[in-house]
Amino acid sequence: MASVSRSFLLLSIIPTILILCADFACCNTGRKTGDGLDTDFSGFSVPLEHSFEVDDVSRFRMRGALQLRGGRETSVSLSQSQLSEEDRNNLKEVAAVDGLYKIRVPRVSLTDRQTERQMDGYLTAFVRACSLVESHLSDVITLHTDVSGYLIGVSIVTIPGACRGTEVEDEVDLEAFNTTLTIIPPTNAPQPETALFIERMDIEHEKRGKPQEQKSFFAKYWMYIVPLVLFLMMSGAQDQSGVGAANGGGR
Amino acid sequence: MKSSVKMAKLTSLFVILLSFFCISEAVFEDQVGKFDWRQQYVGKTLFAHFESNTQSSKKMFVATDKNIFASFNSRTGDLLWRHVDKTGPEGTIDILLLHGQDALMVVGDGRLLRSWDTNIGGLNWEVVLDTGSFQAACFVAIQDTVKLVAVLKKAAISLHYLSNGHQKWVENLPDSDAVQYQAVYSGGEEEVYVLGVVPNSHLTIIAYSLEDGEIIKQRSVEASWLSSVESSCVVVGQGVLMCVDPATLALYTLPIQAEETPEFSQILLQSLDLEVSPGFQPVLVSSQPHPARSPLSEFFLQLGPDHHVLLQLNADGYTIAPLRDFQPAFLVSFATTGKKTVAAVMTPKNETACAINLFSVDSGRRLLDTTVLFPLEPNGGKPHMLYVHAFLKKDDSVGYRVLVQTQDHALTFIQQPGRVVWTREEALADVVTMEMVDLPLTGTQAELEGEFGKKADGLFPMVLKRLSSQVTLLQAWLAHLWKLFYEARKPRSQVKNEVTIETLSRDEFNLQKMMVMVTASGKLFGIDSKSGSILWKHYLENVQPNAAFKLIVQRTTAHFPHPPQCTLLIKDKDTGLATLHVFNPIFGRKSHIALPALPRPILQSLLLPVIDQDYAKVLLLVDDQYKVTAFPSTKNVLQQLQEMASSIFFYLIRSEHGNLSGFRLRKDLSTERIWEVVLPTEVQKIVAVKGKRPNEHVHSQGRVMGDRSVLYKYLNPNLLAVVTESTDAHPERAFVGVFLVDGVTGRIIHEAVQRKARGPVHFVHSENWVVYEYWNTKSRRNEFSVLELFEGTELYNSTVFSSLDRPHLPQVLQQTYIFPSPITTMEATLTEKGITSRHLLVGLPSGAILSLPKMFLDPRRPEVVTEHSREENLIPYAPEMPIRTEWFINYNQTVARVKGIYTAPSGLESTCLVVAYGLDIYQTRVYPSKQFDVLKDDYDYVLISSVLFALFFATMISKRLAQVKLLNRAWR
Repeated sequence: MASVSRSFLLLSIIPTILILCADFACCNTGRKTGDGLDTDFSGFSVPLEHSFEVDDVSRFRMRGALQLRGGRETSVSLSQSQLSEEDRNNLKEVAAVDGLYKIRVPRVSLTDRQTERQMDGYLTAFVRACSLVESHLSDVITLHTDVSGYLIGVSIVTIPGACRGTEVEDEVDLEAFNTTLTIIPPTNAPQPETALFIERMDIEHEKRGKPQEQKSFFAKYWMYIVPLVLFLMMSGAQDQSGVGAANGGGR
Repeated sequence: MKSSVKMAKLTSLFVILLSFFCISEAVFEDQVGKFDWRQQYVGKTLFAHFESNTQSSKKMFVATDKNIFASFNSRTGDLLWRHVDKTGPEGTIDILLLHGQDALMVVGDGRLLRSWDTNIGGLNWEVVLDTGSFQAACFVAIQDTVKLVAVLKKAAISLHYLSNGHQKWVENLPDSDAVQYQAVYSGGEEEVYVLGVVPNSHLTIIAYSLEDGEIIKQRSVEASWLSSVESSCVVVGQGVLMCVDPATLALYTLPIQAEETPEFSQILLQSLDLEVSPGFQPVLVSSQPHPARSPLSEFFLQLGPDHHVLLQLNADGYTIAPLRDFQPAFLVSFATTGKKTVAAVMTPKNETACAINLFSVDSGRRLLDTTVLFPLEPNGGKPHMLYVHAFLKKDDSVGYRVLVQTQDHALTFIQQPGRVVWTREEALADVVTMEMVDLPLTGTQAELEGEFGKKADGLFPMVLKRLSSQVTLLQAWLAHLWKLFYEARKPRSQVKNEVTIETLSRDEFNLQKMMVMVTASGKLFGIDSKSGSILWKHYLENVQPNAAFKLIVQRTTAHFPHPPQCTLLIKDKDTGLATLHVFNPIFGRKSHIALPALPRPILQSLLLPVIDQDYAKVLLLVDDQYKVTAFPSTKNVLQQLQEMASSIFFYLIRSEHGNLSGFRLRKDLSTERIWEVVLPTEVQKIVAVKGKRPNEHVHSQGRVMGDRSVLYKYLNPNLLAVVTESTDAHPERAFVGVFLVDGVTGRIIHEAVQRKARGPVHFVHSENWVVYEYWNTKSRRNEFSVLELFEGTELYNSTVFSSLDRPHLPQVLQQTYIFPSPITTMEATLTEKGITSRHLLVGLPSGAILSLPKMFLDPRRPEVVTEHSREENLIPYAPEMPIRTEWFINYNQTVARVKGIYTAPSGLESTCLVVAYGLDIYQTRVYPSKQFDVLKDDYDYVLISSVLFALFFATMISKRLAQVKLLNRAWR
């Protein structure tokens, strides 16, 4: 399940831009389930059940087992058997009356093994049976967890998802599921990007060039002030009464 | 919920065009009040007092359950001033006492004592009282002048100076654990008396010296029948405590000031020939006209819901003489002016009115010429309280005005001889939900429309009908012209278009609508959106105080001759049982439609786009056994439902279990559960769920990017935004969760967690975006976050959207901003076709309503400006959201405690009608992209037409000249 963990990493690295769609693309390239089931898992397994009935009354039967592993790198895999002859016919009949194909998984926690038994109830999802048939049992099952690792929802879609009414002739197409399985933890919503903004502002400031150092008034204009003071002092020493008269005249 | 929606064609041109009209303008000075109005309310009156008892006084003061102290002009009913205190128990007004120019108020269960200047409404002083819950308060007089106020708490009594609020003394009450002290009395003597009771054991009377708070005497009186002083005792005459015991049906009297150990003396009601209505708790009403004097020795005893008796305590202090029996009489009240005290009694007169008469208190004689009629409205509440303002006329006779409070919180002020001076509908201070309904067409327009609705009966009658309707139209037009001509001669101020229910008709651009408002008290109002005048009101009795309301427009005005129809779903929160009230939103009249029986609690209601043969949309109600009831449930509807059953999906949310589940309708109107999502309640709890508004239109399917490619929006009409808050309230671990769930398939489209955040969360869900606001616990600030969903550069299925066939998850973009103010509510603007750019209307606690362009909340705002982003007109990212004062759409007309904002489209694409409600109601129009489809007020018609004419003549002349010239040349 390398593809799954890679996408998870991707999500945790770039939380601001969510690329769930790209995520799917890489999931689809994932290998088919059914091989590599004997991988040594320290996780646990929960049943994946399905139900498809002509009268739309749910009667859940075993479809396969989900191998879940919690911890830092949550991963999931699915081992499932082929559909029996009877099931295949049944599914086709359900598809013919536009019935629903439902799946369910029990509510479990991926991190806390103790609470697994305490929680009751199931998470249920459905897809139109006809679309499952027409897609030749290619489905995408997504498990959603919350922040503390509880499974909160499951969803199933088929690719393609439409019901066009095309007949599936070949019985072989309806034997084995071609399932893509992903587990999606919640994404962290971004915080306001203050640091980056301030950095950018600083860069802009630098681009504009360094502002002139604030010299003091005297440092700037000493060449004008000193001669003026000297001139005033000298003229004042020479003729004090003249200055006084000038002032008086000014008033 | 229909799982698919037709998509309109893409026009990207408008996106580019409209992005130029980004910022709305503030109103001009001369536009103030032209398109907007505000109404201020105070809430349900708890205490009301009139200013001094002269005929010319104009002020009255009320304290209300909304923690408001206000003054009205009693001539007009206008608000003179208003003080809005904190909501909740902290600001509760425990008591309001009025003496001269001072209004004394105890606030927040004995937390604060305030004195107000009644002339200008200014605060004289405020003191913080010692802790302890408030019991009673009264004025205390020293040597005939009122100088002090006594405040009785559970375990202490304190005296404060009226002039500055300083505490004269405070004393702990003895044995306050066992004794419940409930009343304080002062009759102008040197002592103040505190009355306490040990229920069903004895009564305790303590006299405190006014001077230093020393206990002068302390008496304990055997009273095994007494459980509460507050509810069953009053002080009458020269300090005689009068109590009524409903068990033995007797009155008990006790002189409070007696020196020796007193005892209650019993007077059986039977001995006075009085009989209490079965099951009724008798009530005593007394009056103390002046705090420096002892109360009147006359008092009222209420023996039944409409039975009162005026009694008099004789001078000996323990015998009682009946003065007058009032039956039937709803309400009684004492009023004093000068030396005279009168009793006002309201008696039913007939179906439509009640009569109020004055009686002399001393003798019980009716005063001549004092009858006032109070009109009872057919759909109004019953009278609840009577406040009388009595005054001496010039000829020394008593005149009066009366304020009647009805059960629907309305205040009516009546003057002799029965003229209603004003009415205030205080129920509007607590609007719960509202809708805006188009007004009907005028009679002539409707007739023209009706022509098409009727069955065809041959060519000739059709032609005749057409001609006749054309003639009526012509007539109406001529009448209109004549009216214009006639009114043009009059000065403008005299021309007034009074809006009445008869003259209501739709204007050219559908800017005037009927606002249907539902209030918490159960009173419905129809308000004209242009003027704000109340056109109809309907009080629903038997509505529980905590009921939840949902207002649904089942049939709009567009289906003439069928009247529009609104349905109000009223759900009792305790039992979950629901009732329906179906009415015509234009006239407020109740429809006589057979309502479905709803014996089981209702969990969910949904309005289907399916219509019955009378063009009413079908309402489905889901009960707690997941059975569905349709309303209306005609054969036609049931047949349609059977056909469509497999494509009708709905969802239920039980937030206490964290459970979201989806159902599909079966043909027999039962349901099957098809999906389930469970959010463990140990981690987070669901606080709010919002879908999209059904009447929302999205004009453009995508956004044109800088490189001319199109980014398509993910427009799922079934998308739900679910907001959760963590149960862990620790600032480091608290979070807010935002889930986007498809309501049909239960698929979690997106799940985002905002860390270190907590509510209250306000959010708007519209088009392809969700905007939410929360409190950041780490940085201690409010933040806005925006989520936008895009399908990508290619559409999966461009013609139809179906939740069942959309396998790829959308791209989600998110950005967060700092907002410099807390907010109280949020809504998005809405326009007819969705071409106009969107604004967010944000209600701030200051009462301002901010119109924030959605452009600022765009997750594609680039951090680094590029060529492409400039091409797209994206504003570079800045972490802080600005608040510009010109964005306040209500300039200085603040809306106190804004609770909700309602937006409705008008007939003009540029214009969105906005109503903000809370304590006040404010209506205005906003133009998010400016008025691009309206000519300005000062548009120069003369210039443009003269230029046109000039050009036209110039062409004519030059053409002629050219012809002449050509002719001349040809001759040459």
